[in-house]
Amino acid sequence: MKSITIDKEKITDKIRNIPDPEIPVITIEDLGILREVVFTGDGVEVKITPTYTGCPAMKAIENEIVETMKEEGLQATVSLVYSPAWTTDWLSVEARKKLLEYGIAPPAEGEAANRLVIPKKNIACPHCGSASTTLVSQFGSTACKALYKCNTCLEPFDYFKCH
Amino acid sequence: MQNHLFNYLLRLGDTSLILSHRLAEWCGHGPILEEDIAMTNISLDLIGQARALLTYAGEVEGKGRTEDDLAYQRGERDYYNLLIVEQSNGDFAKTMMRQFLVSAYQHCLYDALRNSKDKTLAAIAEKSIKEVAYHLRHSSEWIKRLATGTEESGMRTRNALADLWLYTGDMFDADDTDNEMLKAGIGADQRKLQKAWEKIVGEVFEASSLDMPKDVFMVNGSRRAQHTEHLGHLLSEMQILQRTIPGAAW
Repeated sequence: MKSITIDKEKITDKIRNIPDPEIPVITIEDLGILREVVFTGDGVEVKITPTYTGCPAMKAIENEIVETMKEEGLQATVSLVYSPAWTTDWLSVEARKKLLEYGIAPPAEGEAANRLVIPKKNIACPHCGSASTTLVSQFGSTACKALYKCNTCLEPFDYFKCH
Repeated sequence: MQNHLFNYLLRLGDTSLILSHRLAEWCGHGPILEEDIAMTNISLDLIGQARALLTYAGEVEGKGRTEDDLAYQRGERDYYNLLIVEQSNGDFAKTMMRQFLVSAYQHCLYDALRNSKDKTLAAIAEKSIKEVAYHLRHSSEWIKRLATGTEESGMRTRNALADLWLYTGDMFDADDTDNEMLKAGIGADQRKLQKAWEKIVGEVFEASSLDMPKDVFMVNGSRRAQHTEHLGHLLSEMQILQRTIPGAAW
């Protein structure tokens, strides 16, 4: 009977730092997708919560978790938890900063509840910082993003929608 | 009770799935690129909801059926989606009118289901309402623009309304399953749902100078899996791969 000593901290750390497949500068912990890591026998159960119900990246994240754990010699099962519902309000200050540096405008703070209303504050351009921007489409390249364009530097950019 | 819950979940899941399929038909054919993306994005949100609901339905049924088994191995006499979502896309006005009427319904429905005594259903509703809020906003804005735009867009919008209104009664029917679900504190109150829906629709129609149709004979039957002529054709397209090569997997 094989008995392995699991370095729980090291394993949890590895899981926390798994990058988002679409936005590799952000980890699944930054995004608030990772909910819980439970050690069971000689395996680990990782609970994640989907951002959007149809988000195709969730499968990629699930596979990444299983692969990463396999490298550590551990059997991982990934389960989806829907409650509490994921919200952009969970994005850390660090996460927002990373998004901006990557060229994606982070979601307006505290506006997750105002989905039926146009956001009050203008969204600043992540390239030049100008507040003179226009919404091109509420639906962008992925389920979580909207498409904007900057009236000052004329570059298009993605905006992470409030959710 | 489990049987009623299973039926209830199928109705919700099938409605999202069929509408998702209809919207996916627009892929590559949208009037402008932004709308091509918008409609397929909405379709993606809806298929996510369908997956969550059908997966849960399979668990409730307890016979080992997965979301795929339920989506691809049932015929139209075993599908329970609302009649309005299986209607053909028509022109952009008809697609937006259908989206508006259905998104308003789903928004009210999920708002009620967030407080469901069934924790899983409540969680799915809590998640889904956030996405539906964007669908509702998008389609409402289009109704206002199209209805009050040009003579042509106004005419197409009014034709769309005339084509679809007769399927809206089907949304608010109540049968034994609805009544049992309501009694158990799991499902929504169909009457309250209708009132909430009429309020939203009324407001948008007022802003669009559209009249709420009156005294229209309603076509119904989705709860008995009695469908319009469209569903059979739709499913034969949607299910062709899985029917041809049963058990096909990546």
